[in-house]
Amino acid sequence: MGVGIEVTTLNAWYGTNHTLQDINLNIPANHATALIGPSGCGKSTFVRCLNRMHETNPIAKVTGTVRIGDIDIYADAKPVEIRRRVGMVFQRPNPFPTMSIYDNVAAGLKLNGYTNRAALDEIVEKSLKNSALWDEVKDDLKKKSGASLSGGQQQRLCIARALAVDPEVLLMDEPASALDPVSTSKIEDLIFQLKSQYTIVIVTHNMQQAARVAEKTGFFLNGRMVEFDSTHKIFTNPSDKRTEDYITGRFG
Amino acid sequence: MRTLVDGGATGLAVLSTVLVVAPLVAIFIYLIYKGASSLNLDFFTQIPKPEGEDGGGMANAIEGSGILLAIASVIGVPIGIAGGIFLAEYGRGTKLANAIRFTADVLNGVPSIVMGMAAYSLVVVPMGHFSAFAGGVALGIMMVPTVCRTTEEMLLMVPNAVREAALALGVPNWRSVLSITVRTASPGIITGCMLAFARVAGETAPLIFTALGNSFSSADLNRPIAALPLQIYVYALSPYDDQHRLAWAGALVLIVLIVLAVSLVRYVTSRGVLKGAS
Repeated sequence: MGVGIEVTTLNAWYGTNHTLQDINLNIPANHATALIGPSGCGKSTFVRCLNRMHETNPIAKVTGTVRIGDIDIYADAKPVEIRRRVGMVFQRPNPFPTMSIYDNVAAGLKLNGYTNRAALDEIVEKSLKNSALWDEVKDDLKKKSGASLSGGQQQRLCIARALAVDPEVLLMDEPASALDPVSTSKIEDLIFQLKSQYTIVIVTHNMQQAARVAEKTGFFLNGRMVEFDSTHKIFTNPSDKRTEDYITGRFG
Repeated sequence: MRTLVDGGATGLAVLSTVLVVAPLVAIFIYLIYKGASSLNLDFFTQIPKPEGEDGGGMANAIEGSGILLAIASVIGVPIGIAGGIFLAEYGRGTKLANAIRFTADVLNGVPSIVMGMAAYSLVVVPMGHFSAFAGGVALGIMMVPTVCRTTEEMLLMVPNAVREAALALGVPNWRSVLSITVRTASPGIITGCMLAFARVAGETAPLIFTALGNSFSSADLNRPIAALPLQIYVYALSPYDDQHRLAWAGALVLIVLIVLAVSLVRYVTSRGVLKGAS
């Protein structure tokens, strides 16, 4: 089951560049939350702060608190533990190129020392079914490499890989921006199904996409969060002038 | 006019290709012409006959080269790969990494005879005698810079997205480096090891003061050992025609072994998994 995320005065830097300024935000459990905003506004940095991927860049720095469920992720746990509970799907599909489809999905468990073969088989099948890829790949799970799939299939493979470690939160950083419309709609359907079991945070450039999949939407601009409300309110009656300008296409 | 220029450019390219390939083909043909007649089963099974006697072979030298290269690989490959991993995955941008990279490049340019002298003073002098081990150390040190730098370059070719994918799954960094990054780059790393191997396989100079050479078969790492390039060198300088012929045959065997190694590299790289990565 998903858990809620509570962000308090989160600040983040790349070198001297203050990319996130005083973000306060409550993301509800078992819902999809969309983050929109122009390029460079900090929304990707924000999600990378939620699974401590931000700090893998040596010049990056972060302050503030992020509580995921009952854990303060910057105080109570190591990054590897957080990342097992908070899965991530990236903008460009990034399957492990040398691994078979099966090994890609099992990678997170295998590399953390999980060896029960029968259980692995079961988890791989369940994860691929959850990511709506099972029927397309079930016959060559161990024969084909993850890199041999199409872009859309690769992205669903990456979703299956993230689901296999049984996370509570799923972060998606523009998961469909490198995909064609058909693959995009498959990913969106998937988000719709998955949000009953996971808390989903999705960064997107595509405002229709945010409107289609998310109950809540946050608008980021220049490293600050301008407005956070129900998706319906953001797109029909935003309270901030800048949000209105952005969603009506006046800039960005 | 355009077709003329195009034709000219194509012609130049073909000519350059011929110029590149011609020396190799010429050497190969000449070696076959000079050496093939002395190649027989004895060459691979017999040890050298006493000076002046006809016949005999280079079994001990082939075996010796095998042992020396095994020692060299055991030393050079792990150190080189570990160094390359440090440069690409841990030390990026640090002063230590820059110093190591610079040292490796300099080491790569050091004449092989100097490597021999270094191994002589580091291994032969303390041990008090020439040995297979000393020869292996000399060749192993020569492999390190090539293996190290190709490993680094191959690891840098692995897209960052692949590293991030592993880290985002909660995989510890060391595990991600070994099981994901190195594994993704492994075809290229293997190529680098094979090239280093092929290069030291033909080295004579570093063996002169270390392995020394041996007219008999020996598998004792503590004693002098024969090697193909050394044996070729000794026979080529000898006054006996029969030994000259054996030297030609030895050179032919050596080059065939190197061509086999490079073909193996080609085979490995043509299956390169990196090509499938985006």
